[in-house]
Amino acid sequence: MTLREIKELLQAEVIIGDESLDVEITFAGGSDLMSDVLAFGKPGILLLTGLSNAQSVRTANIIDAKAVVYVRGKKPDKMGIDIARENGIPLLSTKYMMYTACGLLFSHGLSGVSDVSQKK
Amino acid sequence: MMMSSEVEFSQKFEITGGDFSSAGRTSTSIKEILKEIGIDSSIIIRASIASYEAEMNVVMYAKRGVLTLNITPEKLRFKLEDEGSGIENIEMAMQEGFSTATDEMREMGFGAGMGLPNIKKNADKFEISSTPGKGTSLDIIFCLDKTGKK
Repeated sequence: MTLREIKELLQAEVIIGDESLDVEITFAGGSDLMSDVLAFGKPGILLLTGLSNAQSVRTANIIDAKAVVYVRGKKPDKMGIDIARENGIPLLSTKYMMYTACGLLFSHGLSGVSDVSQKK
Repeated sequence: MMMSSEVEFSQKFEITGGDFSSAGRTSTSIKEILKEIGIDSSIIIRASIASYEAEMNVVMYAKRGVLTLNITPEKLRFKLEDEGSGIENIEMAMQEGFSTATDEMREMGFGAGMGLPNIKKNADKFEISSTPGKGTSLDIIFCLDKTGKK
């Protein structure tokens, strides 16, 4: 599924990364806890989170996330957006809450990060 | 910046305790350095996660810390020395889920008691020592040659 399809499914706003919407996303994970993201995240993940501080973007960068979707209409602060711009990480924001956002993507065939690692 | 097999790379990074807005900056820089040197991407991810967790620990629990990155053809090594409260019980601190984090730390998305276990999980060798009231030392090693690689 492309990031553009994800944007449409989640009726999301693109905060940064309009030029990267054709990137292919194959799995996702959702958490507000960056400790968990660092423990279970895999390179290429689409990260859904409600944590909107700069740490969310730094964590996404450290684990080589493909993009970040902020749920509940949240948006990162300027520092977060600057880090994303420097590192080429697209940021989206959806009004859906975490459960609904993840459910919509999962029901349209986007695997969870743990499902992907179990298949290996 | 290319590294010939004879060259050793070393750099020190100072980390300030309590500086939550800059937390993670050091590890982001280190990741860039590892990419420029041409370290294998699977090792970069593991090393970046470990340095980020270690850096967050200094920001959350110590007054200050120095992280030394050292790369030889055989290994990538992080040595971290901090000045701070230290760890009373290392065995408990190494257990997943054990945490002494404050609400401020948890609001940052950290402090879930996953940091030290996650550093150990990602490293090829991991050593920790601490003196309560003085500080904590970490020695984190990633093998760059084929032997001993995870």
